[in-house]
Amino acid sequence: MQRDPVVSIFHNGEPRSRLERVLRSGRFAVTAELNPPDSADPQEVYDAALVLSSICDGINAVDASGANCHMSSVAICALLTRAGYEPVYQVSCRDRNRIAIQGDLLGAAAMGVRNVLCITGDDVTAGDQPEAKRVFDLDSIQLLHTARIMRDYGVYLSGRKLTVPPPLFLGAAENPFAPPFDWRPQRLAKKVAAGAEFIQTQYCFDIPRFRTFMQRVCDLGLHEKCFILAGVGPLRSAGAAEFMRTKVPGVYIPDAVIERLKGVPKNKQRAEGKKICIEIIQQVREIAGVAGIHIMAYRQEELVAEIVEEAGLLPRPFRAEVPHPARERHLHRQEEPAR
Amino acid sequence: MTTILRNRPALLEKTYQIAERAAWTLNPLIAKIGYARVERLIKPAEDFAKERIFGCHHCGQCILHSTGMSCPMECPKNLRNGPCGGVRPNGHCEVKPEMRCVWVVAYENSQQMPIYGHELAQIQPPVNRRLEDTSAWINMLTGVDKHVPAGWIPIENIEVVQ
Repeated sequence: MQRDPVVSIFHNGEPRSRLERVLRSGRFAVTAELNPPDSADPQEVYDAALVLSSICDGINAVDASGANCHMSSVAICALLTRAGYEPVYQVSCRDRNRIAIQGDLLGAAAMGVRNVLCITGDDVTAGDQPEAKRVFDLDSIQLLHTARIMRDYGVYLSGRKLTVPPPLFLGAAENPFAPPFDWRPQRLAKKVAAGAEFIQTQYCFDIPRFRTFMQRVCDLGLHEKCFILAGVGPLRSAGAAEFMRTKVPGVYIPDAVIERLKGVPKNKQRAEGKKICIEIIQQVREIAGVAGIHIMAYRQEELVAEIVEEAGLLPRPFRAEVPHPARERHLHRQEEPAR
Repeated sequence: MTTILRNRPALLEKTYQIAERAAWTLNPLIAKIGYARVERLIKPAEDFAKERIFGCHHCGQCILHSTGMSCPMECPKNLRNGPCGGVRPNGHCEVKPEMRCVWVVAYENSQQMPIYGHELAQIQPPVNRRLEDTSAWINMLTGVDKHVPAGWIPIENIEVVQ
């Protein structure tokens, strides 16, 4: 059996992923969420990724978001890296204990995954299997710190040594739109102290609230220690917006947004939702400390390309440097051929 | 009675401070009698008080004074480092809509706690699940509640390294 050569992958100041490279270059980054398939067919992942790959710098593979089961995020990421795409591996604390999580972080890194988003996760009661046992052995901050210890110190939580540590670009989530509002910026500071290098926020529909949050974040100097990507997404209709704000944990949609959707005929609401999303992108772009956007277009993935294009965020940089696992073992010896 | 106490974080933290000092003063005596023996004696009283006042979940490594005298194990997700993103607009829990988020309470309380309020910013290590259902007071005296996983490097040390 042929073994992959062990290469030194300690972080030497070079960006560990394309997403990190885009952010470090000072360009406005775009990440997008992939609709995870309820299928054992890898083609469904590739089909979903194909639409997103040319218009974003990182594709988020969600970890049973909303506590609804889909193909696992680590498997989606493994498929994506195989095809040369840039995934953001979402790890939640809901379903796995510290032993499983650390193993998955190593496995993901071995499959070429470089971006990891450490999150708490929606509670099991939010999904369609509320009878399940919730785990939450670690919380998101402990998870972040664990991943950082593995990367920087080359050990498991137990202290046992890794032969090659995982070279990860670590991220965390934040929800500026949920109470306690005054504490949220300081809580972000905690995440940065625990190792967060990038942040993807919950859906941003309340610009004034986000502005206040970012002001405090900048006062604390956090925008210089991590890259903050504002979460955005198109609303399909007034009804869908109403559903999201009452049923999806942590999503806050102001009345004014829902009124605006209601103000147009039903068949125009989808277009209006897209328009609102583009306006929000343009507004958050002007806010100091915002390094990019994270697009969550649940069951409307076909709109993401239009949104990114119409928001004037194309073309995406560094696309030729997509790592390809088949070529990865040569990565340290030869330059990637330009596409 | 318990609600009156719950609404007085400053009084609770003062009580904690006095109790902690008393425990350390008595520590040599407790050690002589034997920690296990004393644990059997005080555990029922500790449980009785903590369950009623804080809704204690017997994690055996009490950090109440660092979390605004609001028990983090009451959070359905057992979060020890702050609220999740699911807190409802009215400040209630995502999982239990009738309950106020323990972290919303923790933040409010910490503002009224001159002694330990600032400890809310501390990063809490992972829970040692083996201490479940043991006396947190005894664990404090023996020091087992301070044990962290061998690979856990305290955040303060990391700042020095970088």
